[in-house]
Amino acid sequence: MKTRTELLLELADDELILGWRNSEWTGIAPFLEEDVAFSSIAQNEIGHARALYELVARELGTDADALAFDRRPEEYRSAPLVELRRLEWARTIARHWLYETADAVRLEALKASSDPEVAGLAAKMDREEIYHRMHAEMWLERLLASGEGRERLQEGMLELWPYALGMLDGELRPPFEAIVRERLPFELPAVEPVPRGRHQAELEELLGEMTTVRRSAPAGAQW
Amino acid sequence: MVTETAVWEALAEIPDPEIPVISLVELGVVKEVEVEGTSVRVEFTPTFMGCPALETMRSLMEQSIRDLGGEAQIDVVMDDSWSTDRITPAGREKLREAGLAPPAPRAAGAPTLVQLQSKAFRCPYCGSTETRLDNIFGPTPCRSVRYCDSCRQPFEQFKTI
Repeated sequence: MKTRTELLLELADDELILGWRNSEWTGIAPFLEEDVAFSSIAQNEIGHARALYELVARELGTDADALAFDRRPEEYRSAPLVELRRLEWARTIARHWLYETADAVRLEALKASSDPEVAGLAAKMDREEIYHRMHAEMWLERLLASGEGRERLQEGMLELWPYALGMLDGELRPPFEAIVRERLPFELPAVEPVPRGRHQAELEELLGEMTTVRRSAPAGAQW
Repeated sequence: MVTETAVWEALAEIPDPEIPVISLVELGVVKEVEVEGTSVRVEFTPTFMGCPALETMRSLMEQSIRDLGGEAQIDVVMDDSWSTDRITPAGREKLREAGLAPPAPRAAGAPTLVQLQSKAFRCPYCGSTETRLDNIFGPTPCRSVRYCDSCRQPFEQFKTI
């Protein structure tokens, strides 16, 4: 059984790393609307990460920035799905939809937590995530509506499916799997999930870039 | 002598850093004020969690309490207690006047895409409901972008959360 700290760190790391990946579309998304959308989603995810790190930091006697920026790559608890570097558009949408779907299952469980702090935070996060899910669903529909879109989405889903399954474990995985299989109009194979902790090479590169400012001012900087 | 009323009045003078037409009190982010002697405790319920204005709001509140001669303690409440329903009627009217359509009330169920794509939203410029969703996301996380087919004006719509 995972401790509260481990569980919150997994969630925080997922949100931080995916937030960073989403922000990689800022300025270069295929449409201005999507530039704005992915930038806003990134901002929300990083905001969630901060609140989660603050909860964990209080328990560990550290602070949110130290958790976000000062750990070694192997200490991150993020799922491999979020670590993959910015993907082409159809795969970006596949990851976005798979992530938001899995995240909804996880948040629903956390909202029912007997720990009032965790349940309250999950409820607050979910209010924002609703809009991420709408956005992901809108794009899923749009890609499925055309031949090429559907083909490219399907390729992306097949490639990312083992990573998506690795986001959740235990009793949360079967409901997630059922929702995905029910919604997608093509078959997904039974595969071995890529587990959390088996970090992708891209993570190290991402952390190198993300912590540049932090490392240049280790004592902290005031803006 | 610092009183609760004085603190509420002072906080009501602080404009929202990103939407300065309304105050923090009208935005509904001040949940509670407690005064004991000179120490003032404020319960602050943030809006969107990644909103960059949160730190600014906090320091503006601290400054305003110091100006009253109080010692401020701002407790951040991270739960579901802030909702767009907490924006006061006067605040909603000021948003509308500034061209920002106020949020729809938080319904029993979660907002849906079908609802956002419907004509249930009114243009803050001409009052028409012939409006459509242009983008779920806008210039800040709390807003969507819509377009009015009657007066051909794009406008920002406060998201319901």
